[in-house]
Amino acid sequence: MPRSPRHPTRQGQLTTLTLPGLRGWIIAALVVAGLTSCRRESKVDVATREKILLLGNGGEPKALDPHIVSSVGDSNILRATFEGLVTYHPENDMLHEPGVAERWEANADFSEWRFFLRKNAKWSNGDPVTSHDFVYSFNRILHPKMAGPYASMLYFLKNGEAYNQGKIDDFSQVGVKAINDFELLCTLESPAPYFPDVVKHTTWLPVHKGTIEKFGAMTDSYTEWQKPGNQVSNGAFVLTDWKINEHIKVRRNPHYWDAENVKPMGIDFYPIDNVFTEEKAFRNGLIHYTYTMPENLIGDYRERKNTPLHIETYNGSYFFRCNVTRAPMDNVDFRRALAYAINREVIVKYVTRGGQTPAYAFTPPSEDGYVPPQVLGFDPEKAREHLRKAGYESGAEVPEFTVILNTSEAHQSIAVAIQDMWKKTLGLENVRIENQEWKVFQQTTQDLKYDVSRAGWIGDYVDPNTFLGIWVTGDSNNYTGWSSPDYDRLLKESALISDPRARYSKLAEAESILLDELPVLPLYWYTRVYLLHPDVKNWHPLLLDNHPYKHIDLIPSAAAKGGTN
Amino acid sequence: METLRYLLSRFAQSLFALFCIISITFFLARLAPGGPFLNEKAIPEHLIEQMKRNYGFDKPLPEQYVLYLGRLLQGDLGPSLGNKGFTVNEVIAAGFPVSLALGICGLIIALFIGIPVGVFAAAKRNTTIDYALMTLAMLGICLPTFVIAPLLGEIFALKLGWFDVALWEDSSAWVLGAVTLGLYYSAYIARLTRGSMLDVLSQDYIRTARAKGVAPLKVLFKHAFRGGITPVVAFLGPALAGLIGGSFVVESVFGLPGLGQHFIKAATNRDYWLINGTVTVFAVLILVMNFLVDILQGWLDPRTRTMK
Repeated sequence: MPRSPRHPTRQGQLTTLTLPGLRGWIIAALVVAGLTSCRRESKVDVATREKILLLGNGGEPKALDPHIVSSVGDSNILRATFEGLVTYHPENDMLHEPGVAERWEANADFSEWRFFLRKNAKWSNGDPVTSHDFVYSFNRILHPKMAGPYASMLYFLKNGEAYNQGKIDDFSQVGVKAINDFELLCTLESPAPYFPDVVKHTTWLPVHKGTIEKFGAMTDSYTEWQKPGNQVSNGAFVLTDWKINEHIKVRRNPHYWDAENVKPMGIDFYPIDNVFTEEKAFRNGLIHYTYTMPENLIGDYRERKNTPLHIETYNGSYFFRCNVTRAPMDNVDFRRALAYAINREVIVKYVTRGGQTPAYAFTPPSEDGYVPPQVLGFDPEKAREHLRKAGYESGAEVPEFTVILNTSEAHQSIAVAIQDMWKKTLGLENVRIENQEWKVFQQTTQDLKYDVSRAGWIGDYVDPNTFLGIWVTGDSNNYTGWSSPDYDRLLKESALISDPRARYSKLAEAESILLDELPVLPLYWYTRVYLLHPDVKNWHPLLLDNHPYKHIDLIPSAAAKGGTN
Repeated sequence: METLRYLLSRFAQSLFALFCIISITFFLARLAPGGPFLNEKAIPEHLIEQMKRNYGFDKPLPEQYVLYLGRLLQGDLGPSLGNKGFTVNEVIAAGFPVSLALGICGLIIALFIGIPVGVFAAAKRNTTIDYALMTLAMLGICLPTFVIAPLLGEIFALKLGWFDVALWEDSSAWVLGAVTLGLYYSAYIARLTRGSMLDVLSQDYIRTARAKGVAPLKVLFKHAFRGGITPVVAFLGPALAGLIGGSFVVESVFGLPGLGQHFIKAATNRDYWLINGTVTVFAVLILVMNFLVDILQGWLDPRTRTMK
């Protein structure tokens, strides 16, 4: 603080003093503002006219190499630039769209799959896409030196896991073979009637050998090949621009086999990871679509006429993991008490507010597909009974335990609500909630150094196997210490059943064991909540949210004017 | 000769400080729990081991440290682990121009508002105007940027439509970003200017000038200003470094691809080389700025020259 001067200046002498700088800046600002406000069309209007789709896409991608990405946002971009054997249907996740493969067939027990590739599929440099490209790509992602984080998706292939772990060196022993240039044979480790669903996943996309090896060895995971100008791809679009934290642009691939049916001219992906900024960008007419939506604005948008808000079922489950290797979570009756004391309806209605479905089982049910046994209703009586069975006369006797979360307001509110339900129904006084930074949280969970840990699981494909498979003994995503020989056996048996109904009922039997022993406390099934501009046509609700962009059209709509404000 | 020796010793001190910062950051980053390859969906152990080998993290830490210093001397900051396919040099080079533009515009706004307000308040000492201005400045300091930035966006972009609310390319949102930064720093500068102007205005030589009948404005700007501005100049160094180093909040609120986000994301991703790279660049910026400010101050205030 400055010392107060003993001789103050006389007042009144300086009345003529002006602030030239300030005035100049106000004028300058007004001029700049005047210039920018002259723009009549919004960015979205121009883009619609030019048929460029402007998409919010969460955070900056970690990579644009199908063999090293693992996040949803990264896959969204790769789905535009690459095409696999089978691709996603624009309207229904249960249907398959032919991709590079025109058709495919399985042997009687679904352990051998033959894919017949179209002859006119081309890379963006004009080279033909052949079955050898797929063999090369599967070798690349499974190669131990490549260390592809998501390589386990290809463990479906016979010997895929052994090759990936370095137990065998000879790739020809892995279950993939090019019969000729346009016929590919996949031999599986165990039967999988849903295999076409699996190969739609990003990890099964082909890469161009010549391009990969122009910039390094096959197994180098961070070369220049993925940059615009270098990247050669086989999808409807090709990467043309990539600026970190700014945008990723893809434009039509003239060599794409179905180029005449590709609707958009291109797509600009914006990595806006601040959800509030993304919503404002949408309101400001800067993007056609938001990747996500702030929870506290959902109610507001819901009430509007012609609202751009979309709430759709999503293939994901939100739950708590229990560490069954330490007290008090090692007691199955105690876990049951906790599960029946949670009022899931209250959570989705008053806490999450995004139209989520209360989860009375682990696997989300799918239409004309798998329906899990839904047994986990809110039942205070049953909860208290199980608490007594667990050996506690009252909740006050239960030793202190902690629910850990990665720091986020949304997770925090859910945990606080559940803490309160446990207190009211069971009288638990000693439940602590602890926030941890994301990586610390993951480490604590994976090291089994927790009591209860918050979790989410998004299915990689539409089949209960992607949900139930993680609870098998020794699965790397289990992290609960739980293991059940009966459960493992049922899952193994289910893989041998070709009839989907019979297979689902076998899986439901397995899920009943999971829901009886409760190494996890399911809470709700996810929804996708986002804003979509009315100019965007042919965009349908999808369970996996994997939209094939080539079908999406942009047509100016009258409602657009009302929709953006 | 004296000046040269002083400059050289300052330079040596700066280099030593830089070395310490780089070394501490290197080891601190490795102490954080979790690691760059930890994923929500588990990655099998043998693959994590391979990733470590691919990036040289399997070597003993001291060896990695020596290798790192060697690369650093050649100006190579290493590969980014969170932005695969990009080097840390590329990541920083992409963010730097954005942060530079934002920082310089922000600083100009801060100076153009802060200095006149400070001088004016000092001249009008203890009047309602002075109190009003200083209350405003105090408010500017206390109101965090995460309140001001969304407010500016809501009013000037979404309500009035003068600017875009977000994004960098073909977008005017950066103006709001620069204004947010400018307002925040202008409040500091105003208070700093007022305080030191008051100090100077109470000096004997000002009284002498007044007694001789020099015009009030001339007293203020010719006699008092140069001395009154010295602390502001001292503040400019760290301020400019801070502004160019980027502001996480402003970049996040306006969706701008500057350096600030990398500081945060590198830490949360455990992107070791990017953590080291951003900290190194920021440290160099601060040291260079302070060095320049020292020289500038010596020129403004002859006393600091003879004292050293």
